[in-house]
Amino acid sequence: MLLIYCPYCEEERSELEFRHGGDAHIARPTNIADITDEEFAEFFFLRDNPKGLIFERWRHIHGCGRFFNAARDTVSDKFYASYKAGEPKPDLSAVHPATEKTVETYEATEGTAK
Amino acid sequence: MSGANRIAGQGRLTPARTARFTFDGKSYEALEGDTVASALLANGVHLVGRSFKYHRPRGIVSAGPEEPNALIDVARDTARRQPNVRATVQEVFDGMKVTSQNRWPSLTFDVGGLNNLMSPFFAAGFYYKTFMWPKAAWEKVYEPVIRRAAGLGTAPTEEDPDHYANRYATCDVLVVGAGVAGLSAALSAAATGARVILCDEQPEVGGALHYDRSVTVDGKEGFVWAQEAAARLAAMDNVTVLSRTTAFGYYNHNFVGLVERVTDHVARPDRKAPRERLWQVRAKRVILATGAIERHMVFGNNDRPGIMLASAARTYLNHFGVAVGKKVAIYTANDSAYEAAFDLKRAGVQIAAIVDSRGKPGDAVLNEARSHGIEVLTGHSVVDTKGHRRVSAITVVRNGGGGKRSITVDALLTSAGWTPSVHLFSQSRGKVAYNAETGQFLPGTYAQDCLSVGACNGTIGLQATIEEALAAGELMARATGNDGGEKVELRGENAFEWTGGMAGAAEGAGADTNVKAFIDFQNDVCAKDIRLAVREGMHSIEHIKRFTTNGMATDQGKLSNLHGLAIAAETLGREIPKVGLTTFRAPYTPVTFGTIINHSRGDLFDPARKTPMHAWEAAHGAIFEDVGNWKRAWYYPRAGETMQEAVDRECRTVREVAGLFDASTLGKIEVVGPDAAEFLNLMYTNAWDTLKPGRCRYGIMLREDGFVYDDGVVGRIAEDRFHVTTTTGGAPRVMNHMEDYLQTEFPHLKVWLTSTTEQWAVIAVQGPKAREIIAPLVEGIDISNEAFPHMSVREGKICGVPTRLFRMSFTGEAGFEVNVPADYGQAVWEAIWARAEALGACAYGTETMHVLRAEKGYIIVGQDTDGTVTPFDAGLAWAVSKKKTDFVGIRGLKRPDLVKEGRKQLVGLRTKDPKLVLEEGAQIVADPNQPVPMKMLGHVTSAYWSENCGHSIAFALVEGGHSRTGQTLYVPMPDRTVAVEVTDMVFIDKEGVRLNG
Repeated sequence: MLLIYCPYCEEERSELEFRHGGDAHIARPTNIADITDEEFAEFFFLRDNPKGLIFERWRHIHGCGRFFNAARDTVSDKFYASYKAGEPKPDLSAVHPATEKTVETYEATEGTAK
Repeated sequence: MSGANRIAGQGRLTPARTARFTFDGKSYEALEGDTVASALLANGVHLVGRSFKYHRPRGIVSAGPEEPNALIDVARDTARRQPNVRATVQEVFDGMKVTSQNRWPSLTFDVGGLNNLMSPFFAAGFYYKTFMWPKAAWEKVYEPVIRRAAGLGTAPTEEDPDHYANRYATCDVLVVGAGVAGLSAALSAAATGARVILCDEQPEVGGALHYDRSVTVDGKEGFVWAQEAAARLAAMDNVTVLSRTTAFGYYNHNFVGLVERVTDHVARPDRKAPRERLWQVRAKRVILATGAIERHMVFGNNDRPGIMLASAARTYLNHFGVAVGKKVAIYTANDSAYEAAFDLKRAGVQIAAIVDSRGKPGDAVLNEARSHGIEVLTGHSVVDTKGHRRVSAITVVRNGGGGKRSITVDALLTSAGWTPSVHLFSQSRGKVAYNAETGQFLPGTYAQDCLSVGACNGTIGLQATIEEALAAGELMARATGNDGGEKVELRGENAFEWTGGMAGAAEGAGADTNVKAFIDFQNDVCAKDIRLAVREGMHSIEHIKRFTTNGMATDQGKLSNLHGLAIAAETLGREIPKVGLTTFRAPYTPVTFGTIINHSRGDLFDPARKTPMHAWEAAHGAIFEDVGNWKRAWYYPRAGETMQEAVDRECRTVREVAGLFDASTLGKIEVVGPDAAEFLNLMYTNAWDTLKPGRCRYGIMLREDGFVYDDGVVGRIAEDRFHVTTTTGGAPRVMNHMEDYLQTEFPHLKVWLTSTTEQWAVIAVQGPKAREIIAPLVEGIDISNEAFPHMSVREGKICGVPTRLFRMSFTGEAGFEVNVPADYGQAVWEAIWARAEALGACAYGTETMHVLRAEKGYIIVGQDTDGTVTPFDAGLAWAVSKKKTDFVGIRGLKRPDLVKEGRKQLVGLRTKDPKLVLEEGAQIVADPNQPVPMKMLGHVTSAYWSENCGHSIAFALVEGGHSRTGQTLYVPMPDRTVAVEVTDMVFIDKEGVRLNG
């Protein structure tokens, strides 16, 4: 069970109090009615699923109720930052190596079955 | 003396304190503090079980949690019975009933033993390859037979009468394991003032000090020092010492699960005490002092009862005072086993020989053996054993060939070396590293704030262990901000430093042999099975493990994993670290379901939500149905009525007179603020700025992808205040959906959302006499049809209490929904009921509500829609604003697939046979005579008998449904094919005369 820092309550609380909210920093287009199918697909359906650093939304649903963003490593589950909704993505290049975009598959690590 | 093999003056148990227990019906005497294993051994019982696959006689191998063989069934009474308990950890209590497992008809004569003779046919992967044909036989014949023959214990049939406790805890430093290393670490951490939890799985602290009598710490015998140290720690305010407590799982962010066995060792437990207690500990730092587990030697027929680990024999002697044999041989690749011989020799047991596969053992142990006059055969191996229910002789050969020599024994102690217990470290996602020098996998890269100390870290030597642990305790405590206290110093001494160790098959069990040299006793996996797996093409250790089931038994390969890996590596011609280690998974040892389920059972499994009128409904004979967590009145049968009869009567009464319905479970959200209308414009497809205060509107909510998410009536109470209702099941997700958009996409809007679902009790009064029923009770609201038309809302009073009175209908009748504060719900209901009953109205439940709404063509989101239905598909295009430039789902609705022809659309269905009610979920086809598989056009979403219409009615999602009105379609069922006509969805009062009356 994760220990998550809520930037509004300013303390670490148990994962039991939170709900995960998917990728962060995906803004809903203000002209959403006019965007193309491709733009809509990019906005609504497609996600990177990185192995490594991910910026994601959390809601302190059983606490203050606020949505906020956090940077977490998907392999180690270590949190590198936790910040209020609307704040810019923090620069974590100094503390976290670049993220691999591709997800490791069995074929990628072991080769195809013989 | 409790047992013939108990040696006076040996061990730490008190001879006067006895307990009686039975094993397979026979009564035995034990001493308080005995495990079942030590008590059986004291009584000369070595044969305790039959093996999983071959049904070979098996005995006790270990003296700890790693035990693969001695699985027993322990019963206190008929309900308190647990199978698959390890005899080596279960403490004896007076009156316990122990039964052996996996044998028939008896332990000494087991028919399943035939499997052993047939074993050439039962090689690894046998099941996968053999029981392929005929296909149907697997389920009916093969699997049941195999499951009965290959088995563990049988599950209890009665409900568990015990209760289990749960506790959350936090600490600065959690120390797992209370041997020399764990105690040292806890002492130095506690000295700083840090909050420390120290846990150990055994009844008493001490770990290896249970058997290692040559150790002294600060001049005291190790075990005595350990008890004193634990007592000192327990007396400190900042320390919690938990015995009989296993750390079974190491999870994210230093969250560690512990299970404390509270009463399983007590003869007459306090029934108020929990059987077990789950501790969920969040530690700032963790110190792992989990020690090491001795491995057995892998050679032919190494599984006979009487063959056990050397350290186990020392535990039975030095702690329990039990000699495991009268004439004992040792077979080892490792110095530590010699000390077993020395201890037994001192206690008067005859040592037949020490067989050491190494040419050069450690000088110190070799000299000591000679001084005891013990024959040491270096460079020799045990290649076979004899004896059926107990080992009777061993066959020894010189390595590399030479004459065989048979030695008569009644016990054989083996040791291939020590496997560090890196289970918890690995569970913490730390990466292990292979140390080629010692042949051990050790903690390498740490993933969490923890440290390993002592044997589990590969640390050799007593003083080195103590110093490493003291330093770790201090370091971890200081890291949590504790820097008080004085430095702790300890001095440990022991007789011998241990060297040596091997992994894999020993001499005489190599690739050129076909002997049964077991590596995994519990799953009956031999060295040759691993080689077969490699030959059959399994090259990954994960595949080999699954093919052979090595390490997949309840002991999770605590003895076998490294052996299996070494044999695989040898067969593959690769180095051990290149083959890799399988991942360690929680739990470390089996955890009872009771502990995991804990309080979450019975009424506490899932909370039941009840409306304010629940008690009245129950008192008036309502049958309830579960809707989410809610208990909703389903129908109110009168004496002698079937459900259908009750529902028919309720349906008729509502349309002819009136009915009362408890609608309190509807989700309710108060949307308030200067931008409330603008916010609702974005959340719903409808336009809300045009809605006047005092009026209501039916709203459709979409997801961003354009599909219907929820619906409900929204009333505008004031310019800046809306009373939003949602579906019963949708209440929390709609609230979350709104909060998400308000906080993250539209934070500029001044709007506040409050869930008021449980603040309002809602009484629906529906039917021609609805107005007459409530009229005398309402104050301050003109409820005439002119002043208060359909889809209006007013605030006022009813029965003297505040109300939000809605004129709305989910039945098609003129109706009201009376919202009153929840605490007044039942009183107002009773007042309305008194009038309703006098006028001939009835109370109705959700089933009637469903029928009435279907008669009127009202959909239920989640029943008639399924997450792939647009408002257009549902015939609700009128509710989608064409003027708005934005609302959630506006873009999704324009996606190519959502606007294309031939989508499934919601229609009404009438069966050609009016009496026949369709089945919800039934598939619909155009031509029932087409070949199978038929082209399916859609399915029935709702279907009822309509007493008011005099025929059955149904809704269905059908391809291109809106243009099929009048068509005949077919519903193929197992027993017949039902012809249906496509209709519109309104079956009653198409003009809305009743609704607006």
